[in-house]
Amino acid sequence: MKARVTVTLKAGVLDPQGQAIEGSLASLGFAGVKGVRQGKVFDLVLDGLDAEAAKAQLTQMCEKLLANTVIENYAIEILA
Amino acid sequence: MKAAVIVFPGLNRDRDMIAALTKIGGVAPAIVWHQDADIPDVDLIVIPGGFSYGDYLRCGAIAARSPIMDKVRERAARGVKVLGVCNGFQILIEAGLLPGALMRNTSLKFVCREVKLEVTATDNAFTRGYQKGQIIRCPVAHHDGNYFADAETLARLEGDGRVPFRYAEGTNPNGSIHDIAGILNAEKNVFGLMPHPENLIEAAHGGDDGRALFAALLDRAA
Repeated sequence: MKARVTVTLKAGVLDPQGQAIEGSLASLGFAGVKGVRQGKVFDLVLDGLDAEAAKAQLTQMCEKLLANTVIENYAIEILA
Repeated sequence: MKAAVIVFPGLNRDRDMIAALTKIGGVAPAIVWHQDADIPDVDLIVIPGGFSYGDYLRCGAIAARSPIMDKVRERAARGVKVLGVCNGFQILIEAGLLPGALMRNTSLKFVCREVKLEVTATDNAFTRGYQKGQIIRCPVAHHDGNYFADAETLARLEGDGRVPFRYAEGTNPNGSIHDIAGILNAEKNVFGLMPHPENLIEAAHGGDDGRALFAALLDRAA
């Protein structure tokens, strides 16, 4: 089973890297970019779990390691 | 007063910290490798700076989940003093021993320079050797020292005198909220800070403003 975890900064948390990327896009001539927030994507391959058990385990992984829940949100997708 | 220094792979300020503790305390600290089963019976545990585990995932995140940190957590709960400097501060935050988060510097640059710190609380074991309101010099060297906490946490930290060091005179090097350079836990026996007081303890360093922190911790005259 494959799963994808997406970790993003919570609203209101300053993202200087996103701002730098936004500035760089503007300097490349991309007009109309009103905001960039940078995040992380983790692709996981899981063995021997049904979708529900996998989701529960992925939630634990996010809470314990993959995300810093002080500043980050996470989203879990079961891909196949 | 016995001290131990915890060493993780990728730290690079451990020798500076060991030298400072030895010179000021008169006794070499115990050195605890991250795979050691336990920490000797000590009064002070220090986590020095560097780039533990390459700072993969987030600064300090991997080290914070290593089994030796469970031992640090147990000792801290029993009242043993714990000091984390730079990456050590990031590790203490990731381990949940201190609140908030340390994010990328707002400049996005690694800063290696001297800053000024204002001593804003002295009723704790770490900064009791200074005067309240005193401005001291201290070096910093980090990429992710931008302290952040939600409004409720900040109000608690400020209200309980848990911010003993603040960047002073416009020297905030990283964009930290409220110019916070270091914070204490609620019991005031765990202290984390981004600056490196161990790198300013004698004339050869160009000053000794960091000395009073270790002297107070190790019960030695500054």
